[in-house]
Amino acid sequence: MYTYKYRLVAAWRRPGTQYTMSTAVDPLEGLASQEYKYGFVTDIEQDTLPPGLNEDTVRFISAKKGEPQWLLDWRLKAFRYWQGMKEPTWPNVHYPPIDYQAISYYAAPKSAEDKPKSLDEVDPELLATYEKLGIPLEERAILAGVAVDAVFDSVSVATTFREKLAEAGVIFMPISEAVQEHPDLVRRYLGSVVPPSDNFFAALNSAVFSDGSFVFIPKGVTCPMELSTYFRINAMNTGQFERTLIVAEEGSHVSYLEGCTAPMRDENQLHAAVVELVALDDARIKYSTVQNWYPGDKDGNGGIYNFVTKRGACRGRRSKISWTQVETGSAITWKYPSCILIGDGSTGEFYSVAVTNNHQQADTGTKMIHIGRNTSSTIISKGISAGLSNNSYRGLVKIMPRAEGARNFSQCDSMLMGDRCGAHTFPYLEVRNKSAQVEHEATTSKIGEDQIFYLNQRGIETEDAVSMIVNGFCKEVFRELPMEFAVEAQKLLSVSLEGSVG
Amino acid sequence: MLRISNLHASVDGKRILRGIDLDVEAGTVHAVMGPNGSGKSTLAAVLAGRDGYSVDAGSVTFRGQDLLDMDPEIRAREGLFLAFQYPVEIPGVSMMYFLREAVNSIRRYRGLAELAAGDFIRLARQKIQPLGIDPGMLKRAVNEGFSGGEKKRCEVFQMSVLEPCLGILDETDSGLDIDALKVVSEGVNGLRGPDRAFVVITHYQRLLRYIVPDYVHVLANGRIARSGDRTLALDLERHGYRWIEERSTALAAAGT
Ligand SMILES: Nc1ncnc2c1ncn2[C@@H]1O[C@H](COP(=O)(O)OP(=O)(O)OP(=O)(O)O)[C@@H](O)[C@H]1O
Ligand SMILES: [Mg+2]
Repeated sequence: MYTYKYRLVAAWRRPGTQYTMSTAVDPLEGLASQEYKYGFVTDIEQDTLPPGLNEDTVRFISAKKGEPQWLLDWRLKAFRYWQGMKEPTWPNVHYPPIDYQAISYYAAPKSAEDKPKSLDEVDPELLATYEKLGIPLEERAILAGVAVDAVFDSVSVATTFREKLAEAGVIFMPISEAVQEHPDLVRRYLGSVVPPSDNFFAALNSAVFSDGSFVFIPKGVTCPMELSTYFRINAMNTGQFERTLIVAEEGSHVSYLEGCTAPMRDENQLHAAVVELVALDDARIKYSTVQNWYPGDKDGNGGIYNFVTKRGACRGRRSKISWTQVETGSAITWKYPSCILIGDGSTGEFYSVAVTNNHQQADTGTKMIHIGRNTSSTIISKGISAGLSNNSYRGLVKIMPRAEGARNFSQCDSMLMGDRCGAHTFPYLEVRNKSAQVEHEATTSKIGEDQIFYLNQRGIETEDAVSMIVNGFCKEVFRELPMEFAVEAQKLLSVSLEGSVG
Repeated sequence: MLRISNLHASVDGKRILRGIDLDVEAGTVHAVMGPNGSGKSTLAAVLAGRDGYSVDAGSVTFRGQDLLDMDPEIRAREGLFLAFQYPVEIPGVSMMYFLREAVNSIRRYRGLAELAAGDFIRLARQKIQPLGIDPGMLKRAVNEGFSGGEKKRCEVFQMSVLEPCLGILDETDSGLDIDALKVVSEGVNGLRGPDRAFVVITHYQRLLRYIVPDYVHVLANGRIARSGDRTLALDLERHGYRWIEERSTALAAAGT
């Protein structure tokens, strides 16, 4: 027996259909003039491959990294898959066709060519960039207990704290180095969760990925610090295709955070990443993202196309994978961090805040695939749309025949600001085991004029009132973030929505 | 403190206030009574600056300044407080956080240093205690899941923390049990002073036994149909509104 229930506030939909909410409340209308704080460009000589994509491009990237033959073969196979695949059209987003031959698939800051061993060897310009981004690379990082693996365009330029982590047996390094130093581990797990043939963008990534992070937490180890990676796209006309692989062995725990920014450019830039997580028996992986890629200007020019495949496999019994994401950036987001719950008693969680403003489009959500017995999953999704933006939640809950006693709870709330934006919910449900309990609640509301007035009447100005109401709306997700990032996420939200209610 | 002259206001093209004159001096308490739909909440909303109400004629000065010219948050910072007839829920925002933001917005406006978290908690606990509210409420989301009476008490609690010059209480007594009515009235009375004034909107003479007004006004058809001292409230209780309403409709018909 399963229950399937909606909590309805302003509008509701049946599974498989779509609704759009756009009731008019005049005083709340207003277009955003959003300032992108991270839009500076770093002036560094780039070692860049000319635009274009063919087998030679793939070979060039692989050779540049001195990769073993097996990896080159793996890439080439992925490339051939990709050639036979079509870009997906099912997401609820619209953009002109991407010319994959006009993109450059490799850009490395020149000074990183011969891999710096310490911070002193890193180009000061780069360090200054990170400082502007507020990344704690030096002392501050030690105090904050954050280890940073920074990916600048395509090459990892600095990894801190590796020694301290090594003491605990934790491996945290650029994946390109892991290929050299831990080839067996990488070979064993790479593509095991997201195979190259999985989808168009995953195939593309598998063929041309340039770098990313590799994390390995051995049996029984609780990672002594938060691990984090910051991604930044700097070069013009480049795509970023990083690949992250996290493996948590039996009984280990790790919390990982990724942050993303990109400079303002008039052209669109492509970001097609792949993240794979593997959790063995009793392991826990918490993966948090604060995504703030450049969203384009208020007329919809420029911005990042963020087409990302993130998936975690709970292979072990009682293992747990938890995705938390705060998505405020990108012109277009297409992203469904998923959990495959294979181990009996394993748990998947997805907590998401997606904010769209101006012309941004987001089609994001999750997939929870219940395979093992007594597996459970929780989905909390908060979508906020402002301006002329479109925000879709798309979620699949699939209960396989063997998943006796599976449970899912989903809650998808949308908040609309103004009457020119859209919120959509597409929940898909496939239940093939009668003992499953599946519960779905969905609400759509307008940010309340009466709430804003109430706060105004207590002396709080409208901008702060909106930010307070929105943060309250997202609270269940923010409290899943590590403390310092929760604060950052709240600030980001305010910046993203600046001027959206006037 | 507050001077309302010939105030006309409408909502959605519907004329509701039709020439209100009211002088509220510092140190006084004015009760405003009147039948349902007579425009009491509308008057409160116009004074607080709610969107959607258009002022068609008249003027309002508050502490010597043009009130109608100020944004709602400025009115609040200048010392005008409205205890809502229907307090609004704000999910996910704790009472504590909300009220500290309010206090500090007002303090910043007045050039005072912001209250640190610790100082604010002390202040809040001190103010909440006499009102008989469980301090646990400070951790809950603003008005969310509060009972009707708890919401009303909480409005008075907020007022006692913000210490406004002018408190407008819109039916703060409805929904309160007898004990709560006393406690809340004591809360208001505790704030009374030579520099502060109150406009108390109510349907019940009962409240005025606890908060003793200096003046009572009866609003009917968007005007003040009658003003008097506290005995007017007693007369109203005896005769109902009809005898006043009849007079005011007659006046309106005569075109004044
Ligand atoms: N948006 C609106 N459109 C039309 N009429 C409105 C609107 N808002 C309020 N009104 C009307 O204005 C009149 C005055 O309402 P108001 O809320 O001020 O009355 P009140 O004196 O506070 O009544 P009560 O004692 O019931 O609280 C009522 O007739 C109400 O229906
Ligand atoms: Mg009223």
